[in-house]
Amino acid sequence: MNAAPPKPVKSGKSKSVYGPGPGEQIDERHTLSVLVDNEPGVLARVIGLFSGRGYNIESLTVAEVSRSKNQSRMTIVTTGTPSVIEQIKHQLERLVPIHKVTDLSVEGPFVERELALIKVKGTGDKRIEALRTADFFRARVVDSTAESFVFEITGSADKLHAFIDLMKPLGLVNISRTGSVAISRGAEQV
Amino acid sequence: MPRTNTLPKVKGKNIPKIASASKKMSGAEIVIEALVEQGVDTIFGYPGGAVLPIYDALFKQKKIKHVLCRHEQGAAHAAEGYARSTGKTGVILVTSGPGATNAVTGLTDALLDSIPIVCITGQVPTFLIGNDAFQEADTTGITRPCTKHNYLVKDADQIANVIHEAFIVAGTGRPGPVVIDLPKDIQFAESTYVSKAKAKIHTYKPQTKPDAGTIEKAVKMIAGAKRPVFYTGGGVINAGPAASKKLTEFVKATGHPITSTLMGLGAFPASSDQWLGMLGMHGTYEANMAMYECDVMVCIGARFDDRVTGDTSKFSPNSYKIHIDIDPSSINKNIHVDLPIIGDAGLAIEAMLKNWKKNKYKTDKAASQKWWDHINKWRAVDCLKYEKHDKIIKPQYALERLRAHLEKDQKKNKREHFITTEVGQHQMWAAQFLPFDKPNRWMTSGGLGTMGYGLPAAIGTQMGNPDGLVIDVAGEASILMNIQEMSTAVQYNLPVKIFILNNHWMGMVRQWQELLHGERYSQSYTESLPDFVKLAEAYGGIGLRAETVDELDNVIEQMLTTERVTIVDVCVAQEENCFPMIPSGKGHNEMILAADAEKFDKKLV
Repeated sequence: MNAAPPKPVKSGKSKSVYGPGPGEQIDERHTLSVLVDNEPGVLARVIGLFSGRGYNIESLTVAEVSRSKNQSRMTIVTTGTPSVIEQIKHQLERLVPIHKVTDLSVEGPFVERELALIKVKGTGDKRIEALRTADFFRARVVDSTAESFVFEITGSADKLHAFIDLMKPLGLVNISRTGSVAISRGAEQV
Repeated sequence: MPRTNTLPKVKGKNIPKIASASKKMSGAEIVIEALVEQGVDTIFGYPGGAVLPIYDALFKQKKIKHVLCRHEQGAAHAAEGYARSTGKTGVILVTSGPGATNAVTGLTDALLDSIPIVCITGQVPTFLIGNDAFQEADTTGITRPCTKHNYLVKDADQIANVIHEAFIVAGTGRPGPVVIDLPKDIQFAESTYVSKAKAKIHTYKPQTKPDAGTIEKAVKMIAGAKRPVFYTGGGVINAGPAASKKLTEFVKATGHPITSTLMGLGAFPASSDQWLGMLGMHGTYEANMAMYECDVMVCIGARFDDRVTGDTSKFSPNSYKIHIDIDPSSINKNIHVDLPIIGDAGLAIEAMLKNWKKNKYKTDKAASQKWWDHINKWRAVDCLKYEKHDKIIKPQYALERLRAHLEKDQKKNKREHFITTEVGQHQMWAAQFLPFDKPNRWMTSGGLGTMGYGLPAAIGTQMGNPDGLVIDVAGEASILMNIQEMSTAVQYNLPVKIFILNNHWMGMVRQWQELLHGERYSQSYTESLPDFVKLAEAYGGIGLRAETVDELDNVIEQMLTTERVTIVDVCVAQEENCFPMIPSGKGHNEMILAADAEKFDKKLV
């Protein structure tokens, strides 16, 4: 980690044991890449940590990445004050089946992608417009009937949001999103 | 003793099945074999359907002694007391379902106080898991947030490996409780034993060696400080007796003042002039004021708990803070520190001491004298002062007399003294009035604050230290929470002494209600209490009672000579409050002393 966390902002309010906690730091969004043993209960440990300590999860994805080492990678997008983010990382590192926690938002540039499947229902002009918009966004049609499409789109969360907003007036029916997966840029193995 | 990983680290977790010529054993026999190899000689437990195969294997051997407690919570606290007083890992054996859920309080207690515990729970057979079988509970699910780690073993080949790994996880790094859930069919299944040396453990490898550069910087800060204070905690105790010795040597070399948390008492001798007493909510005035006014704070193995810091925005506002901790998540959790050092407290103190000697640092005499003059003014406040009475026993007086008799006993009998406590006013008074000169002599429930901890912990302590004198300083409310363990003490001829400061109230609750809740004493008075003397006798122990100041000395003297479990019912002043006190939401410089209590504006809080 190269950035030292800032000193907590001093709050004028009383911070009694049972009173409100420090509330004047600004929340940040961080993407964490977590290498874990692929064993039963590891996801429950991570989720339990977040819920038990009151941390936020914006999205969480997990799948096996190495069969020989029996390891999975989780990508967790979380928000919190810098001191909360630091705690999250340390608390994750404390779990026995966790090998490595990398804060991609701090370690350097990284690529973050999300995949969404989006079902749109419509006929006539709306159907044509949906198809044209999908083309601009490089969304692929993965299922089609006479009155519906299922689009597959990958990109940043912003791009997905923009596409979904445009689909709303064109007959959006259902959305299914994966949440972010991310990896650092460059040749290094992080 | 540095806690290091002794087993080889291997990548991945595919544990190969060891094909050896050794004979097949049942899973239950493997459990016993692994415990024996781990050096376990005493375990605390309670049998039941799902652990019967292990109890059967226990029956057939002589290396491990099993202590039958009367409740699984008692077994867990007994294991904690055993672990805390001996430095070894405590072992618990309980059955599935209610056995496991009853142990949960003890596990949580061990987690918060970083006590190494391995808890083996029985489980319904693997083919019944998830079927709401008889005495089934999702033990790994329930204990996940209250253990350092837990395992559900579904293959007999894994049992030995898991047990060896569990001891490493429990005992190294920041110690804590580990649960191993063993389904009954796995206990019956045959497999071969895997020795400790051949066990494959996966990723767990805590950092124990502190960074040399940071140590150098820390020592330089300490040497240059004008108003430094050492603030130590349970981490120093966990690092072993050698760490306490090095701490004493280092602190004496600097000549600086030292305070400690509730959990850290005994790491530095209380008989030293440099000792300020405990800090925090019921700490001494001099300790808290020194924390508030210091310019360099050296925190070793403590975690800035809210009972220590009070209002964090008013916590030691002008100091440079050095924090040594083996757990990186303790750094900057509650208080932002300037110089974090990750590592074992013992290794860090040793490195600091070496560095101090190497650089031939000398404490600035003039500055130190000025600082001590300051501290001595705070000491002169005499914050533990209380009004004595010529008939009614004040709880503080009872502890002062206990202390005097213990000093006499030490000279006469040369035996080691161990104090355990329950939770509440009596616990704080014990921390204030009883001095500890050695580590591992003080067993108390700090983080979780578990009423009912003291008696079973005393039993565990006595099991680990058969020649020691073990006293549970108790309250009449707390002791009733695990009173059934009297029966255990009688069964194993454990002469623990239970020194009850009986005021008929849940004293600390009553105190808060008086000071902070408009004197509305909601449910804090116990209308009917047992006759503790008869109760002791009913269990087969000895009961003594002191009702007036005149009777007290005689009763304590008698207590120290008994050879069976003894309850001493000390009838103390009912409405005594524990001072000094930092009300929650206040800073270290806003303590209320006994003398101010009358003036304390109860509407403010």
